[in-house]
Amino acid sequence: MIATIGFYVFAVILLISAVMVVSARNPVHSVLFLIVAFFNAAALFLIAGAEFLAMILVIVYVGAVAVLFMFVVMMLDVNIAEVREGLQRYAPVGGVVGLILLAELALVLGGWHFHPQAATLRLSPTPAGISNTAALGNILYTRYILLFQAAGLILLVAMIGAIVLTLRDRRAVRRQSIARQVARQKAETLAMVEVRLGAGMAETGILVPLPEGEPEEEPAHAASHGATHGGHGEDAALPHAAEGH
Amino acid sequence: MGTMPVGLGHYLAVGAILLVLGVFGIFLNRKNVIVILMSVELILLAVNLNLVAFSAALGDLVGQVFAMFVLTVAAAEAAIGLAIVVVYFRNRGSIEVEDVTLMKG
Repeated sequence: MIATIGFYVFAVILLISAVMVVSARNPVHSVLFLIVAFFNAAALFLIAGAEFLAMILVIVYVGAVAVLFMFVVMMLDVNIAEVREGLQRYAPVGGVVGLILLAELALVLGGWHFHPQAATLRLSPTPAGISNTAALGNILYTRYILLFQAAGLILLVAMIGAIVLTLRDRRAVRRQSIARQVARQKAETLAMVEVRLGAGMAETGILVPLPEGEPEEEPAHAASHGATHGGHGEDAALPHAAEGH
Repeated sequence: MGTMPVGLGHYLAVGAILLVLGVFGIFLNRKNVIVILMSVELILLAVNLNLVAFSAALGDLVGQVFAMFVLTVAAAEAAIGLAIVVVYFRNRGSIEVEDVTLMKG
């Protein structure tokens, strides 16, 4: 009795929040209603006895997928007024298609019953006495291990694909190259320069080197002084200054 | 067969309405790819609801295993779809579906 009342409450909230997902004006509200829908669907799973799937739905969908949607919605800064422009144009078509689909599904649901031998055709009947999670684990890691591995492979490919799609190398970012820092020799970082007494920086040609990777116009007199321009980081300027005095 | 406190027909009705709402959402939100992806998630949720309901009604655990794989594929699809949306937004500055005619000859 309580389960039936709970079913109707959760089902009604699920359907209302699904309506709000597709019709909300603001995409952020859509994501929030999607989270509500997932929670209520998890409750429906619980009522049906699929406890592990209900927890998976809450953890994976609410915890990961919906938050991913939220990130993207917040990041993209979508123009809301522009987004709602085509609403009146497409609502009749969508309504007609939806009504046809619903009528067909109702027809299917109307004249439908289990085959008398359906119970004998079950692949793995629910074992009595152990919990849903244990029963699922018993068949998932034995009989369906190949499918399980394939699912992991799908997730790996999706991860690599998402990274490859969104990764961009920024030229302007200065990164630390530890291998180059370790491999530096004294000869390429220090230079002995004879400096006339009272000479300024511009006269001696001792210039602060630019960091690597940036467009660098080579000074014409840099090579004649033997100064090592060309970039070993900012600290390369310090030996020059120290040797000058 | 299995013991369900609520009849199978109730679950199937909720799943059918949820699926129709998802399809309706795809038609309704032609300007916003993200809401279309959310509608696809709703459709997959309806499919999972049917799988779980049949699994409970028949007392067969394979339906729940299959629902788990559907969840996996849905998560992968959401990740890839959102990555494509982010790249598209970087290139074009909007996420309108009707703009996606770049490959038209």
